[in-house]
Amino acid sequence: MHRKTILQAKEDLLQKKYSAVELTKAIYQRIESVEPKVQAYVHLTQDIALNQAQEADQKLAAGQDAPLLGIPIALKDLICMQDTRTTCSSKMLDQFIAPYDATVVSRLKKAGAVILGKTNMDEFAMGSSTENSWHHPTMNPWDLSRVPGGSSGGSAAAVAAQECLAALGSDTGGSIRQPANFCGVTGLKPTYGRVSRFGLVAFASSLDQIGPMTKTVADSALLMNVIAGNDPQDSTSADVKLPNFMNSLERNLSGLKMGIPKEYFTSGIDPEVEASVQEAIKTLESFGMKKVEISLPHLQYSVATYYIIACAEASANLSRYDGVRYGYRSKNSDNLLEMYMNTRQEGFGEEVKRRIMLGTFVLSSGYYDAYYLKGQKVRTLIKQDFENAFEQCDVIIAPNSPITAFKLGERVNDPIKMYLSDIYTISANLAGIPGISIPCGISKTNEMPIGIQLMSKHFDEESLIAVGHQFQLNTEHHLKQPPL
Amino acid sequence: MSDKIDIQKIAKLARLKLTEIESDKLDGYLQQVVDYIDQLNQLDTSNVQPTSHVLPVHNVFRDDKGSKSKNVDYLTGAPSNNKGHYEVPKII
Repeated sequence: MHRKTILQAKEDLLQKKYSAVELTKAIYQRIESVEPKVQAYVHLTQDIALNQAQEADQKLAAGQDAPLLGIPIALKDLICMQDTRTTCSSKMLDQFIAPYDATVVSRLKKAGAVILGKTNMDEFAMGSSTENSWHHPTMNPWDLSRVPGGSSGGSAAAVAAQECLAALGSDTGGSIRQPANFCGVTGLKPTYGRVSRFGLVAFASSLDQIGPMTKTVADSALLMNVIAGNDPQDSTSADVKLPNFMNSLERNLSGLKMGIPKEYFTSGIDPEVEASVQEAIKTLESFGMKKVEISLPHLQYSVATYYIIACAEASANLSRYDGVRYGYRSKNSDNLLEMYMNTRQEGFGEEVKRRIMLGTFVLSSGYYDAYYLKGQKVRTLIKQDFENAFEQCDVIIAPNSPITAFKLGERVNDPIKMYLSDIYTISANLAGIPGISIPCGISKTNEMPIGIQLMSKHFDEESLIAVGHQFQLNTEHHLKQPPL
Repeated sequence: MSDKIDIQKIAKLARLKLTEIESDKLDGYLQQVVDYIDQLNQLDTSNVQPTSHVLPVHNVFRDDKGSKSKNVDYLTGAPSNNKGHYEVPKII
């Protein structure tokens, strides 16, 4: 049962092949058997899940239906669910109990989903390997000596290891797409503003976006139907027409123009990754899609721009962790200022402190124009690159990560090298456009998954779903499973 | 930009107490990242408008009518509370 996609399980539940309670219990058995190796979760919510599954069974018996009725789903541990821990994999929030549901969680509940538990991540979503978690690292199910990517590494590993039917992650600079790539699953970062951020613990507010991590593109389309849409509780959530994403699955792709950005195929890319992506492009051509060479000339500046903007926003967002209203408080302080300083020293991990310091620096008096304002201006250039590109093509096809999953410990002491592993994903966040990572091969050298990335215009997730689904109908890369 | 970064000043602004080891490590890190970021100076941005938000942001208004707030006791999550207030160490 744990190997089912959402759409398969939905069909089985409707046909009463098994009940939602049986499905939920089967997933927990799977978790029990593989979790000692993978460590994708930070805490499970069995009692809540079994209650939700029982309710789903009652509704199924009464002939009711809902988009996710009885479907077991995992949440990245920075998405609030009422009365359960939301730790952001940080000591600072280790005992934090969310007082309300994030909008995505209330939508999942309303759609009948069963919430299995919370998945591991880099502390406050800062990292590309899930090694920055205060709890423990997560292992890549394809090779336990390698990282699952990050920061949504727990969600990606849980989907790949069949420890849930699907999961939600969040993507600030590639945190859904890069781990999806490393673990051989599908990961969609929607357009900025498409999914409400209410109840998502903030990292960089102008970049963060919640999205689905699934076994197939079709499952991502179904989840998008549930989680997307305007929310009055998030003033940045977009009030735009909401399509039925499932309708895109049957679209004919003939004549659709795919732009191939030359800058993504230069130095630094693993030749095996490049060959696999080129092979995928040939497959897309066989659907009648037309190839156009495009240029995104400011790609090389995206990592620098991102670290200015993301860290500046993070330093402001994380100022709320002061030991007063929630979370950890240092016990050894005589006065208020000391309490703030000690709490933050003891509560935050190394990478979080690095980014708070960098963000504070670029915003500080005397450096604001040289760094923060400069970063915002280069962000405009990066955004314009995409606007120009989308005058020539409908979707952009590119590698998702220059490399396959690296070994645990390999990059953790070299922050810049770690940051550069996100070079292909970061610019979509800076421009606010949607992007999806889809498995497109397995490396012959290390047997790790390779992914392809598709990007499209603002609010055109439908094209990504259409192309991605046709690709999966005609290939078997997404069906391969790790040797657990 | 090769000025020495004043780590202690930045740490104070960020309300972070740093050990000497942390301070040394962060100093090296900040210098390294700032050197990397300095590549942006290759670009002439004198006529470029900054982007703070990729999509137009509008104020979201609602009618000025009272509504029931969520029934949440926010104080229970506080490290210390007393008589319906957050409690902190003495300020003066």
